[in-house]
Amino acid sequence: MLGTGILKGMVETGRNFLGSYVSEDRLVTVQYPEQRIPRQEAARSFPFLVFDGSDPVWGLRCVACQICEKECPPKCIYIIKDSLRKADHIGKMQFQPRVFDIDISVCMSCQICVEVCPFDAIKMDVEVDFSTGDRFGGLLMNKQRLAKPNSYFHKIHPSDASEVDGRLAADRLKAQAKAKADAEAKGKPAAGPAGKSFAVGKAGTGSA
Amino acid sequence: MTPDHAHQKAGGGGEGTLPQAWGGPSYELRSSPEGDGGLLEISMGPQHPSTHGVFRMDVVLDGERVVKLKPVFGYLHRNHEKIGEGTTYLGSMPYTDRLDYFCSLTNNWAYALAVEKLAGLEAPERAQYIRVITAELTRLQNHACLGGFLLQDMGASGTPLMYAFREREKILDLFESLTGARMMCNYMRFGGCRCDLPPGWLEQARTVVAEFPKFLDEFESLLNGNEILMSRTQGVGVLPRDLAINASITGPVLRASGVNYDIRKAEPYGIYDRFQFRVPLGDHGDVYDRYMMRVLEMRESIKILEQAMAAIPGGPIMDPKAKIRGFRPKAGEAYGRIEGPKGELGFYLISDGSPNPCRYRVRPPSFINLTVLEDMCLGHHVADVVVILGSVDIVLGEVDR
Repeated sequence: MLGTGILKGMVETGRNFLGSYVSEDRLVTVQYPEQRIPRQEAARSFPFLVFDGSDPVWGLRCVACQICEKECPPKCIYIIKDSLRKADHIGKMQFQPRVFDIDISVCMSCQICVEVCPFDAIKMDVEVDFSTGDRFGGLLMNKQRLAKPNSYFHKIHPSDASEVDGRLAADRLKAQAKAKADAEAKGKPAAGPAGKSFAVGKAGTGSA
Repeated sequence: MTPDHAHQKAGGGGEGTLPQAWGGPSYELRSSPEGDGGLLEISMGPQHPSTHGVFRMDVVLDGERVVKLKPVFGYLHRNHEKIGEGTTYLGSMPYTDRLDYFCSLTNNWAYALAVEKLAGLEAPERAQYIRVITAELTRLQNHACLGGFLLQDMGASGTPLMYAFREREKILDLFESLTGARMMCNYMRFGGCRCDLPPGWLEQARTVVAEFPKFLDEFESLLNGNEILMSRTQGVGVLPRDLAINASITGPVLRASGVNYDIRKAEPYGIYDRFQFRVPLGDHGDVYDRYMMRVLEMRESIKILEQAMAAIPGGPIMDPKAKIRGFRPKAGEAYGRIEGPKGELGFYLISDGSPNPCRYRVRPPSFINLTVLEDMCLGHHVADVVVILGSVDIVLGEVDR
C-alpha cells in the first residue's frame, strides 16, 4: 500500500524521539562549554617541550639536534642552536636551543616530531583553547610558552610519561655504570657513553 | 526564455550549437515538446550546499533536464603529490589523512602498503589484524555517513544524517583512544602501526560493532521502504556495466553496476584472504543500488570485524627492520592499492634511494568515479543531479588533492 514505507519511517523517528525521554543512552550530546566529555589519554593537540626539575631553561630535554625541524611535514618548527652547552639526562654536555618556535597555526598535530625525537624532549599537549585575536604572535609559540614540566606530562599522558621516565632512568644507570667502568679502566673520569639513541643524525655531533 | 537569450548566457557560438569553449563536441540545440527550447547554463557550486565541498558543475539545462554537465575540480587543490615528493616518506603519512578525510586510516594503509612494497617491509601479524579492524571500522563510518548525506540530498533533512553521525561518533571515539585523533589519525607506519591497542580498546570496539547491526536495522526501516525514496532513486543515474568498466570505476559504484570486483577478493592485500565475507552486487546500477550497496557492505564489514576481533593475536606491532629516522628505501618503484570505502585507492611511488620519493602519485577513487558523472546525469532533472552526485560518494579533499 502506498505510504506504508513512509509510516514505517515515521514510527522509527517517533521511537527515537520518545525513547530519548526514557533512555539515557539516546541522549548522546553534551552541552559543550559547560559540560565536557572526559579526554582520552591518547588525545593530542600541539607539541610542547618537556623540562626536568624546576628550571624551564636548563632543565629542557631538547638538545637542539634539529631532527624534528627537518622531519616536520609542514615545517612549522624553527630552531637556532645556542653556543652554551648544558648537561642532558645522563650528564653529557649537549647543545640547547636558543630559539625554539612552533607556529601552531601551521602545525597539523601529526606528532611526527614526537616520534622522531631521540631525546623524548617534545611531546603532544592536549590543550586546545588557543583562540586569539593575534594570529601571528598569538599562535607562534616560543620556547618559554612551549616549555612545560615533566609533572605536566605525567598529568596528561600518565602511561606514556612513566614509560619515558623508565627509559631515561635506565639510560642514566647504564651511563653511570659505563663511566665507573671507564674510570676504573683508565683511571680518569670519562664522559657519558654515546648510547644507541645518540648515534643518529646531527644529535651524535653534540659532543664534537 | 528565448533561444537568443540562451546564446547570450552560453557566451556566443554558432547558431543552434553550444560554443566550443566547452571542450567537448557541440551539442545540438533542440526544442523539447514541453519546454520552450532555450538552454540555460548554471554553475552549481563551488559553494552549493549539495556538492559535498568545493565542487562545481557547469550544467546546461533544457527546462529542467540536464543536457550537458561538466565537472570542474581543483578548488581544494593542495599540491599533495608535489609536497609528497618534497618531504620524507614518513612526512607524507599525515598528508594522506587529509586526502579522504573521512577515511584517514584506509588512506594510511594504502600508502603504508606502497612504501612497504618499496622497502621490503612486512607488518607483523598483530599489526595486520589491527589494520583490518581499523579499516573496516572506517568503512562502517564512511558508509553510514554516505547514507545519511545521500538521504539528506534527497530531502530527508537531518534525521538520517544525525542517526548516522551518532553511530559514527562511537567509532571516532574508538579512533581517538587508539590514535589520538578523531579524523586525522596518522596511525599506520611502514612495517606496522604506531602504537598498540590501549587496554580495554578491543572490548569497547566489540561493543560498538555488536550494536552496529541494531543501528543498521533502524536506518533501513527508517527509509528503505519509503515510497519517495524509491521514486527518487530507482532508475535514476543508471551507470551501465560496460561504461563502468571502461571508465575504470571502482568501489561500490562499480559493484552497483553488477561487476564483481573487490580488491579485497581480487587481489587480497594484508590478511583479507583469511576472512569469510561476501561482496554485494547490484543489478541496475542506479542510485538505489548504489545506496543499498553501502548498506549491504556495512553488514559484510561487521562480519569481517567480528572474525578479526575474535582472532587477533598478541605480539609485536612493528617490523623490527623498520626504522623511523633515516628511512631510505632502495631505488625502485611500487604500487600499493587497497579497497577503500570509496573504491580503489592506490599510491604509486618511485624511489631513487633518497629520503624523499622521486615520484609520488595517488590514484584517488572518488576523482575517477566522478568522470562518469555526466553520463549518469544526462536526461535527468537538476534535483536528480544532486542525488546522483551524492551516490558517487566523493570527498573533495581526495578529488582535488
